[in-house]
Amino acid sequence: MRDKVLIGYGQGFWGDSILGPVRLVREGPLDYLALDYLAEVTMSIMQKLKSRNPKAGYATDFVAMLDRTLPDITQKGIKVVANAGGVNPEACLQAVLDLARKKGIKGLKVGIIEGDDILARVPELVRSGHPLLNMDDGRPLSTVQDKLLSANVYVGAFAVAECLRAGAQIVIGGRLTDPALVAGPMIHEFGWQPNDFDKLAAGTMAGHIAECGAQCTGGNYTNWREVKDFVRIGYPVIEASPDGTFVVTKHDGTGGLVNRNTVVSQLLYEMGDPKRYLGPDCTADFTSAKVEEVGKDRVRLSGIKGGPATPTYKVSLSYQNGFKTTGQLTISGPDAVAKAKLCADIVWGRLALDGCTFAEHEKIVELVGAGVCHAGITESANPPEVVLRLGVKCHDEDKVDRFGMEIVPLVTSGPPGVTGFAGGRPKATDIVGYWPALLDKTQVKTKVRVEVS
Amino acid sequence: MAKVKLKEFAFARSGDKGDGSNVGIFVTNAGDYEVLKRELTVERVKQHFRAICKGEVTRYEAPNLFALNFLLRDSLGGGGSESLKTDAQGKTHGLALLELEVER
Repeated sequence: MRDKVLIGYGQGFWGDSILGPVRLVREGPLDYLALDYLAEVTMSIMQKLKSRNPKAGYATDFVAMLDRTLPDITQKGIKVVANAGGVNPEACLQAVLDLARKKGIKGLKVGIIEGDDILARVPELVRSGHPLLNMDDGRPLSTVQDKLLSANVYVGAFAVAECLRAGAQIVIGGRLTDPALVAGPMIHEFGWQPNDFDKLAAGTMAGHIAECGAQCTGGNYTNWREVKDFVRIGYPVIEASPDGTFVVTKHDGTGGLVNRNTVVSQLLYEMGDPKRYLGPDCTADFTSAKVEEVGKDRVRLSGIKGGPATPTYKVSLSYQNGFKTTGQLTISGPDAVAKAKLCADIVWGRLALDGCTFAEHEKIVELVGAGVCHAGITESANPPEVVLRLGVKCHDEDKVDRFGMEIVPLVTSGPPGVTGFAGGRPKATDIVGYWPALLDKTQVKTKVRVEVS
Repeated sequence: MAKVKLKEFAFARSGDKGDGSNVGIFVTNAGDYEVLKRELTVERVKQHFRAICKGEVTRYEAPNLFALNFLLRDSLGGGGSESLKTDAQGKTHGLALLELEVER
């Protein structure tokens, strides 16, 4: 058994900079590269792409990333763990094998984890007594079942470890939890068992710290003036030990900052009850961790306590829930705020003239620059200019498009100083509703398969 | 004791939790943590975010991190893809909390 394993986290979300993984494999030592490509909305987009093209529905960014990094990855023997499979891990697998062949790389072992996508099984599950109630408000799934776009179980770290044990150098999952991308390699390397709750909690916590990439290495940090060289910000590297302690660090010579405060910031990100962080493999008690600086850009976490997981998996379902759009114009001074408010009233008034009205909860008016993000806390009564941002949402797509046609006319038919209409007419886009639910673990079987280039 | 804004000595990070946001705030020593616990009551935080948070506020403590975590329910205009707000994920709510003035 290795006494230390280095796990880098190169993508915090689909759309994160490709420089993260590219630099992680080049600028310092690394055993594993973890990459997260999924969010709740992403799964529904991928299902749509797959319904039009059976070879689509995965994160194509992942293949583009490998196009640049495979030579380093194969030469250095770095293992890659990603949830890039989206709703079509099989297609992602074939795309990666094609890429390897194109690059003349023989013998690359690529594995997939399947079983998280339960969209086709939902009717049968509901009929057989698994109601998939909305876990926030208890509504029955029947209220949205005919509009479902995706349904995925959050799969944990043991499936990742199983795929690694089967020999994969590249592990492609569907809806793996973000922390599982880090805890999975630890289970594999250190032989942790399903009842090693403290160690699994430590792996989960390490994954939670790393899962947003540079958000633990100086990104989005309150005391941002302390951070050097944002351009070359280092992505996180977790230095894991068999006993569950780990060090959060980054490669030498990279920009950014790792200290007690950058790590604690990220520990609190998207946190509920810090005593009970729920995951598919364990519950983790974030209040048990000892956090200490042990060197420049090195923070060690130890003493982490965990407990058994719940008997259910979390399921993320999405459904079509109407349409929305937003449009914006810039209004210069003098009197930018008063003129922007008038512009908003003109838009609603003209729409009403044409028989198109929206309820209060279906509309938004924001005067960006006058105090939107911190409404009621920090506002400015007389800024030199504001961005007027108007939006609507409802179940009638035509009404949403009708709204979009009344923004630009304000340039010539409203108060003076209205500009910035470069985006053209805003068009209706789908609202993807999010439906969190729980499903008995006995109903889900994941399976892994490895192919060789 | 003097009146100071939290941004003078505290750190924060926020993000989305369904149709609400979580705001984590922490300090670097036990003395300041006592200030946080005393000053940042649920009522005070709810009042501070009255134009943003339409639901209930819950407070959790993490003494090992000198941290408090607040859940602000119904603070994102629907949350996720349903929200029309600029800050649909509550990314800036942490900095908003740091604007609060407290006795330290």
